[in-house]
Amino acid sequence: MAAPAVLRILTALVLAPLLLGVINRVKAIFAGRQGRRLSQPYRDLFKLARKGAVYSRTTTWIFKAAPVVSLAAILAVLVLVPLGPGGPALSFTGDFILAVYLLALARAAVVLGALDTGSSFEGMGASREAAFSALAEPALFLCFLVLAASTHGLTLGVLLRGAALSSTAPELALAPIALFIVLLAENSRIPVDDPNTHLELTMIHEVMILDHSGPDLAFIEYGAAVKLWIFCAVLTGAVLPPLTGDPWLDFALAVAGVFACAACVGVVESVMARLRLPRVPKLLALACACATIALILTLWR
Amino acid sequence: MTLLVLALAVLAAGAAACLCAGRSRAANALGPVCAVAGCLLGLAATLSGPFGQTVSGVLPWGLPFGSGAIGLDALSRLFLLPVFGLGAACALSGRVNLAHCADDRNLGAHWFFFNLLLFSMVLVLAARDAVLFLVAWEIMSLAPFFLISFHDGEERVREAAWIYLVAAHLGAIFCLLFFLLLWNASGETGFAALAAASASGGPGAASALFLLALIGFGAKAGIMPMHVWLPAAHPAAPSHVSAFLSGAMINAGIYGLVRALGFLGPAQAWWGWLLLGAGLVSALGGILHALGQRNIKRMLAYSSVENMGLILIGLGAGLVGARSGDAWLATFGLLGAFIHLLNHSAFKGLLFLGAGEVLHAAGTVRLDQLGGLQKRMPRTGILFLVGAASIMALPPLTGFSGELLLYLGLAKGFAARGLLEQIGLLGSFFALAAIGGLVFVCFAKAYGLAFLGEPRSGAADKARDAGAAALWPLAILALACLAGGLGAPWIVSLAAQAADQPLTLYPAVAAQAPLVAGQGARILTGVALAGLGLFALVGVLALLRAALLRGRPVRAFRTWDCGYVAPDARMQYSGASFSEPVSAAVGPSVIAKETYVAPEGYFPKRAVLTVAPRDLLETFFFVPLFELIGRACDQAKVLQHGRIHLYILYILAVLVGLLLWKL
Repeated sequence: MAAPAVLRILTALVLAPLLLGVINRVKAIFAGRQGRRLSQPYRDLFKLARKGAVYSRTTTWIFKAAPVVSLAAILAVLVLVPLGPGGPALSFTGDFILAVYLLALARAAVVLGALDTGSSFEGMGASREAAFSALAEPALFLCFLVLAASTHGLTLGVLLRGAALSSTAPELALAPIALFIVLLAENSRIPVDDPNTHLELTMIHEVMILDHSGPDLAFIEYGAAVKLWIFCAVLTGAVLPPLTGDPWLDFALAVAGVFACAACVGVVESVMARLRLPRVPKLLALACACATIALILTLWR
Repeated sequence: MTLLVLALAVLAAGAAACLCAGRSRAANALGPVCAVAGCLLGLAATLSGPFGQTVSGVLPWGLPFGSGAIGLDALSRLFLLPVFGLGAACALSGRVNLAHCADDRNLGAHWFFFNLLLFSMVLVLAARDAVLFLVAWEIMSLAPFFLISFHDGEERVREAAWIYLVAAHLGAIFCLLFFLLLWNASGETGFAALAAASASGGPGAASALFLLALIGFGAKAGIMPMHVWLPAAHPAAPSHVSAFLSGAMINAGIYGLVRALGFLGPAQAWWGWLLLGAGLVSALGGILHALGQRNIKRMLAYSSVENMGLILIGLGAGLVGARSGDAWLATFGLLGAFIHLLNHSAFKGLLFLGAGEVLHAAGTVRLDQLGGLQKRMPRTGILFLVGAASIMALPPLTGFSGELLLYLGLAKGFAARGLLEQIGLLGSFFALAAIGGLVFVCFAKAYGLAFLGEPRSGAADKARDAGAAALWPLAILALACLAGGLGAPWIVSLAAQAADQPLTLYPAVAAQAPLVAGQGARILTGVALAGLGLFALVGVLALLRAALLRGRPVRAFRTWDCGYVAPDARMQYSGASFSEPVSAAVGPSVIAKETYVAPEGYFPKRAVLTVAPRDLLETFFFVPLFELIGRACDQAKVLQHGRIHLYILYILAVLVGLLLWKL
């Protein structure tokens, strides 16, 4: 029996913040530091959830609705994305398009929440987020098209059965590379954005949420963690087929794959510097190019 | 059919009554009442009885050369829905917004032309005779000229109306030629006879007719490069007029194209690809130009160009699929086009009316002078937000359903026959995704800068919501946006019946189309369920947030300003800076003209940066073209010197010439 969908969603809900802890630990190891506890993201979330909130006098209900809507949209995507054997909780033809547009809804909420504060810094973050995601979204769609062309399916359940490792086509290895670049861009990681920077002028995602506090900030941070989980799960699904045949073991492998993705993110963050902002579109163009080559080669076969 | 004729009669009577009412105050009541009554009757006519049923009748109207044959089928009904729905909403909104100029403007004339426009649009969509169609088409092209030039005291408005008139008639020439050639071939003017006649012509003739139809009807739809009248006319026209023109009238171009394709027999392979390519150019060009705009109404006009492009992509994909026997592509392409057309009417009407409310309250729709309106105009704000979210295709609102079907149709491109076809279809999918991302930037900017943050001018600070009477029409359209998202499966069934009409030429595809449409309906049911789940999730999380905040200190403070002590509204991000990352990525010269004078020397004095949006085609194609034509015409002035004896000599010369030629 495959792991039921509820269990998969619960796993994601519980373990998502741990991904941030893993990334941090990998970076600490690379830097020769001891690093914070793996459970630190959980402690941060609980601390935020127990606090009061400060709201700018400029803001309207949009600012307060933004964290709720964004988290709700991200959680809705979680229902659509499979992990390991057994399909997702809700599946229909073209569900990957709905998933991408739900992520756009989450982004729209945060972007509008940022603009609601009237701060030039948050406007700047909103503008960058909107622009870079306008480039990342087509790249993500291209990756899905590569998988669709190789699996001949249009549901996430079929697309994410580990085409890259289970097929003998070497060009499919390009799709996970593109997907990984999109993952870095969409989750505001180095080299696109630096979540730990201290200078507002250089931020993208962090600068948009400068004014959020208390439970609102907790919602946004938790949403970001779940979003990272979703992208890691998609990447795992694109690479890793069910290997053993035992559903529980395969599920455990898939979860391990998700954490392996997070570790990769940590490695990239440790060995790379962040790109200058005008370079970011070129990085995303690279992702598009990788996916396009993979797509054409897959079609040509 | 009786109801439709009744609706036509009410609209015609309303137009006549408004003309009689003239400058009296009654005109501003009479006009909207007749328009709304006509529209409600029309809606009843459209939705009563089976949607796919074909009925026909003859208007008792002595037309020279033609007949008054009218009819209704699923295709006409589908296009009539936005005409009646948006027509009623725009009439209601216009009544309120025009009330203040009842004393110094001839509102009777305005409402005469508004009712006439509605009347002629209904006739265009119901006509089953070429002559009747062309007469109605001409009225439909002329009436907006008078509606656009409502504020004719301003030079900018007169110029915009003039550009509209020229563009409409350049397009009309091609439509006229199209029907003349068909008429020449068949000898009759009834639509059925035209379809039969053109099938007998060769492939070359059919292709020529196709190109004529594409240019003629494309000009009405605002397809690039025939789009220049849209960004000129929409900012100049009163908002309820822009809403109707953009949400309903330009649809007539798409309708004409679909009908024309029905006349031309089975398509040739390149027709579908040409439509697809034209749609991509229009959509990408439209949204890139929209990004650079600072005037909301101009931005909305360019966005209409983009949306017509999306619809054309759907039609093109449908034609490619129908031609190659690919029922999936054909059905989803056509369904996507038709559903997106309905969606566009709802959200674009809403956005234009919302922009009208902003204009009314703040006196401007320039993004750099607005801001903070959500606080000052909360109701207009939320309505505009619904429109903006719909146009960004955010689920569960209405814009998503049409785009999803377009995506789905193209996504199966990997199953197409040749490698080139596959790359073409999947490349279009990619372009569609890129367009979606740009629309996101564009409308996050439009709503975010106009309604959020601090007001950038005193006028924006003083803006207040209009009364309920003005906002009801917007609320109805916003409800339509919501209902369109959740009720998409039902709308698919309507659109599927309309898609039958263009597919009749391809029986093999038409046989499978209902099956594919059923799949589409099931997919959209899944989306609607996910949408309902999303609403529930939002509710649960909102309760959780409230519970977490209960008993905790909640304070109000000023926005975090990074230590700067005197923040100012002018320090906020502006429209040009918001779209700068995108314009830097696509090349700034595409959407705007920048002039930069850098500061120089040790004690720099003057530094200037101006960024002005411009239209590439207008700047580099139409202006030089018309200047060239103008110069050529100047050359011809040599003949027109005003000396009467030489004119007599011309006559003599021509007569002698004719005599010699006949000899």
